[in-house]
Amino acid sequence: MSALLEVRGLRTVFHTRAGEVWAVDGVDVEVRRGECLGIVGESGSGKSVTFASVMGLVRSPGRVAEGQIVFEGRDLRALSAREMRAVRGKEIAMTMQDALTALNPALTVGEQIREALEAHDETLPARGQARRAAIRAKSVEMLGLVGIPSAESRLRQYPHEFSGGMRQRIMIAIALACRPKLLIADEPTTALDVTIQAQVLELITDIRARLGMSVVLITHDLGVVAEHCDRVMVMYAGQVVESGPTEDVIASPRHPYTRGLLASIPRPGLRGQPIKPIEGQVPDLIGMPPQCRFYSRCPLRRDACLAPVAMRPAGEGRSARCVLLDEVPA
Amino acid sequence: MSLGKLIERLLQLVPVLLGVTLIVFVMMALTPGDPVQIMIGDQTITPEQEEALRRGLGLDRPIVERFFVFLGNAAQGDFGQSFYHRRPVADVISERLPATIELSLVALIVALVTAIPLGVLAAIRKNSIFDKLATVGSLLGVSLPGFWFGILLIMLFAVQWHILPVSGRIGYASEVPTITGFLLIDTLLHGNLPAFWDAVKHLILPAVTLGLPMTAILMRVTRTSMLEVLRQDYVTFADAKGLSRRRVLFRHALKNALIPTVSVAAIETGSLLGGNMIVETVFGWPGLGRLVVESIFLRNYPLVQAAVLLYAVIYVGLNFFADILYTILNPRVKL
Repeated sequence: MSALLEVRGLRTVFHTRAGEVWAVDGVDVEVRRGECLGIVGESGSGKSVTFASVMGLVRSPGRVAEGQIVFEGRDLRALSAREMRAVRGKEIAMTMQDALTALNPALTVGEQIREALEAHDETLPARGQARRAAIRAKSVEMLGLVGIPSAESRLRQYPHEFSGGMRQRIMIAIALACRPKLLIADEPTTALDVTIQAQVLELITDIRARLGMSVVLITHDLGVVAEHCDRVMVMYAGQVVESGPTEDVIASPRHPYTRGLLASIPRPGLRGQPIKPIEGQVPDLIGMPPQCRFYSRCPLRRDACLAPVAMRPAGEGRSARCVLLDEVPA
Repeated sequence: MSLGKLIERLLQLVPVLLGVTLIVFVMMALTPGDPVQIMIGDQTITPEQEEALRRGLGLDRPIVERFFVFLGNAAQGDFGQSFYHRRPVADVISERLPATIELSLVALIVALVTAIPLGVLAAIRKNSIFDKLATVGSLLGVSLPGFWFGILLIMLFAVQWHILPVSGRIGYASEVPTITGFLLIDTLLHGNLPAFWDAVKHLILPAVTLGLPMTAILMRVTRTSMLEVLRQDYVTFADAKGLSRRRVLFRHALKNALIPTVSVAAIETGSLLGGNMIVETVFGWPGLGRLVVESIFLRNYPLVQAAVLLYAVIYVGLNFFADILYTILNPRVKL
């Protein structure tokens, strides 16, 4: 599988009153064709900002400072605003955490699907009745694809007239309306009930297979990653700390932070045993020394961690950002 | 909206109007000065003649009785005779009303047309020089008193530069027979373009003076709500769909940002009524506002009472209209 999206050395900074915050600090990402890549990390780990950077959606006071974002051989950072708009929604689409706030309350669902089609779909007839009919047919088809019954009549309704799960489906339908090659799903289930969560994830997995697109699944839930993602990337404090095939990473995590994350998940098999949270807090990113960022919370910290730590190979298709890999043969 | 709600709203109007009538009655009675003495002026008349005059105006009755007589007549659509004009109050008011409505509507349009684009621009160029100038400008707009600003405009545009007329609705040479009472419409109906242009020129300064505070307020409201809306997820999501900047700003952001602006505009239109009294006096505008000011000085009780009642009805009506507009713009709200 070749890379669809390749991000190298991405650094995104936010200029705040207290100082510069490097929310994304030297991140490399590779998304292959047809795969589902999971991005895991706590709030503030930089996972959402990384992909907002990819989409060109970082707003002032934030700014993408360095790095390459290559999508199908084109560096997206070199594109003009107009060229980037042609990529957004058409080549790379995104869904947001909460569909209630991501859908415009003052516009009908039909209009919100239609405008995406009108912006990008070149197969539509140029004008008139034929164009309207084609847009309508595609909108109905999209709502059908995400499992919304009697789509025809629901196009006229406003977002608030749908349930939470339905709204999430509608947002996915809008994102997929132009058949993007890459879907970035930012916390697609966080705002939903557990039963609906499973449905929405199944839907994304199912559509991915049918449309043959790649999916980046941003989540803080390792369980979701284990079930749906081919590969996983763990982020901490603006950096990638571990990446590799999902099964391998979960079976034998190489970074103490990944280990900590896995240990803090309650599991039915370990009932009665206390779950182990990771001690301490995510460090303040302002004025961060160039050491290992997990240093203050790491149970295995040593003096070598106080120097800058680079990503190292950690077995077949795997890498991790930890000096311990130099000591223990991978 | 259901008919039931509509009737409920209309019924709410009754206590408001009763209260307004009562307050005006008491205020007028407490105001020093006697309409009969003002009418007599320097003339010498016998006490019998004065008594007859007083009786003729119904002013010999106690105030409580006058209040209920007024209510009874008003309920039948009779607002009495204007002391000064010796004609039915309703006739005098309806002659003057079109001039005031015309001025207010033009002021409203001027305010909306300038405030919304300026507010949007200030929001999308937040903290720019333009935004800061707009902030200072709107502060001036709400704080400059209308009588001062109006006179300043007259001094500059009429006296100094001779670009626009000093006062009035239209020049004597351009007057046309009344059809609707709205000069902009009447001149066009007569096909008299020079007269239309003359009416427009007479409108500019008073409309700007009247609309200025409203422009300032609406601009601030638009800027604030636009900034609020631009932070919303649905604007980011609209951007993520690759929509044009124009569509994101105007269809997604502005449609939501206008909800508070329109509500405030509808309510603020009521405050134009108060502004009218000052602006019409400054610009010699023959409308209701000036009529009311004159009538207060003349202690022309029936006219003041009827006019204030009319203001109250318009004000309540505008609030009601604001509620309806709000539900139209905001699909989440049902009345």
